[in-house]
Order: sequence, then structure tokens, then C-alpha cells
Amino acid sequence: MVTFTINERELKAEKDQTILQVARDNGIDIPTLCHNEALEPYGACRLCIVEVTKGARTRIVTSCLYPVEEGLKVKTDSPRITSNRKMILELLLARCSKNKVIRELASQMGIEQPSFKPEYLEDNDCIVCGLCVRACEQVVGVSAISLVNRGITKEPAAPFLEPAMDCIGCGSCFYICPTGAIKMEDRKETRIIYNWKVEFKLKKCKVCGNYWAPEKQLDYIKTKWNLPEDFFDTCPTCK
Amino acid sequence: MRDKVNAIINKYNGDKGQLVSILQDIQTEYYYLPKEALIQVSETMSVPVSRVYDIATFFRAFSLEPRGKHLINVCLGTACHVRGAARILEKIERDLTIKRGGTSKDRKFTLETVNCMGACALGPVIKIDGEYFGQISTEKVDSLLNQFE
Repeated sequence: MVTFTINERELKAEKDQTILQVARDNGIDIPTLCHNEALEPYGACRLCIVEVTKGARTRIVTSCLYPVEEGLKVKTDSPRITSNRKMILELLLARCSKNKVIRELASQMGIEQPSFKPEYLEDNDCIVCGLCVRACEQVVGVSAISLVNRGITKEPAAPFLEPAMDCIGCGSCFYICPTGAIKMEDRKETRIIYNWKVEFKLKKCKVCGNYWAPEKQLDYIKTKWNLPEDFFDTCPTCK
Repeated sequence: MRDKVNAIINKYNGDKGQLVSILQDIQTEYYYLPKEALIQVSETMSVPVSRVYDIATFFRAFSLEPRGKHLINVCLGTACHVRGAARILEKIERDLTIKRGGTSKDRKFTLETVNCMGACALGPVIKIDGEYFGQISTEKVDSLLNQFE
């Protein structure tokens, strides 16, 4: 156990916990976009920055990656943090000026209009936080997509920018995306994920007749967990 | 291609940590990274093809487009620029009938530009396969390119 303070409040936590974890456990709000408890922290969105003071030295770190230490003094809303966080949102807003989530976050920080115009980029919904890529790799275990290219052209995409051949259509990327940049649609018996240029046949429930999950996803789960062939013939509701 | 790529992978004992070196060797062999080679690397080494593609597109040294046997870099830095680097570049573009960034039809040359080589005293300077050629003029370009087979 280590003892430290967040916003002058004394807290105790396990040594390997991050500042963000402890803050959230104690009801202290730190905004994030690229963080998800099911995944390894990544530090891409930079919104979770906090000020840490260790001895005589104060610096800014990402709270999602920084483990707590004995005697650490953390500030989550100092003037310096607020102005830095505002700049990060300004930059995100410049890239995603039409995105609802980003606009709302920006407006909470008092930014109504983007101050910057990206010269070489079209307006985008994706903030390249890598949540879709990481969920596909760490939770689903498929790694159908990755972050390709670098710099301003970096984007999540399927290999060779072709239809993602390893994708099982589970839609984890769609559900985890914080800005709604991934477009997925279930049309009767098919699921389409536009970003990865893939289409899947959905399985029909033997009882209610609803189309409830992609066949490829169900086959993947059956093989992975050694389930009987008819295991998914009925949907979870009818089971 | 299969055997050559396998030989390269075996050279590194299929070590996943050596993926970049393996891709470098493939690029040395083919002057670019052929799609089939990347898929083969993925399958043989049990690395997701998305990961291989991630690395192949991350480093500028890798090319996914076929490239020529010889790489020409024309310096367009300030010193070379005032000494007529643009004319040299245009001359090479005309001779090889390619634009900067392009590869000649016979896959002999790929033409690229850089913004300074740090060899300003030699300007205008071009680099072919890592070898520097200084004080280049449009008249010298023909005989220079002919040296490369």
C-alpha cells in the first residue's frame, strides 16, 4: 500500500494501480477518450493528464499510465492542467469539428468554435485512439485491423486497405469507439461494417426467427471454447 | 518467392522480435515488399497480417509499391536549389519519363527527392544507391545514369 494525495485528499492504494484507477475508485473525475478498463492503458488521447509533484519537481503525466507512488501529490484540475487539456481538445476539435462527442467535450471546456483548421486533413470522426484495434487484439483475439501509415495519414484499417479477411463481424470495434467513427449496420440477415469493407451473414434463431449474431463470430466462439455444433441454434433470449 | 522468403525467415529463426529485420531483408531482395511476401511472413511466423501491414506502412524505408533496382535521390535543399537542382530533377524526370516518387517502367530506377543531404558544398548533388555525385549538371545526367545497369 502507498499513501499519496489527489487534490489534497489523502488516499491509499495498491502500488501497481494507476492514478486514473484510484481517482475513479474515489469518485474523482478525470476525462478520457482512449481508456477502457478491459484493455491495457495506451495514453493516446492525452485528455487524462494530471499534474504530479514528487519532491521539488512538478510535471504533467497521463494518469492512465502513471502508477501511484508513496508521497506523490496529484492535481487533476489545476489551472495548468485545465489550460493544457483545453488545448488538447482544441486540437481534437480541429480534426473532428463535426463530431458530436468531441464537440460536447469541447463545449464543456468552454470551446464553441475550433481555433484551428487542418490544412491537409479532411474532417474526421476518428481520433486515432486505437481502441478498436486494441479491442480486436486484446479482447476478441482476432487482430483483424491495425493502425496503418504514420503521422497525419495514420488510421485504423484492415491489411492492404482491403476487406478485413480475419474479421469475424463481432462489432467490438463499433461498440468501443468513443466517437462513433466506425459505421456498422445490421440489415435483416446481413451485418455490414463499412470501415473494414466487410459483410456477414447473420444467424437466424430457431425459435423466434430473429437474426441475432454473425455466423462467422459464432463459429469462432464455438471453435475457441469447444462448444457443441448446435450450441447457438437459439438466441440468448430464447435459450 | 516462397523459398526465398522462407530462407529469410529461417535466417532469423522465425523470431517475432526480428520482424523489422526480416522485412528489411525482403525489401533488399525485391526492392519493395510484395503483398504475397507479407502474407507469407504472417502465416509462417503466426503474426497477424494486420500487424505485419502496420509495420510495413509505419516505416518510410519500406515500400509497398514496386521500386526500381537503383534509388536516385535528388537534393532540393537551398544550396542545391539555387544551383539549379530543379533543372536536374526535371531532366531526370524527362529521361526516365517518371515523376518524382515514381519508378521507371523497366523497374531500373526509382526517383525521389530530399530536402538536404548535408553536402551543400557539392551542390547540386544527387545520390544513387547511397553514392554521392556532386556538381551535377544536366549534361552529366545521361552518362551518369548509363553507368547503372
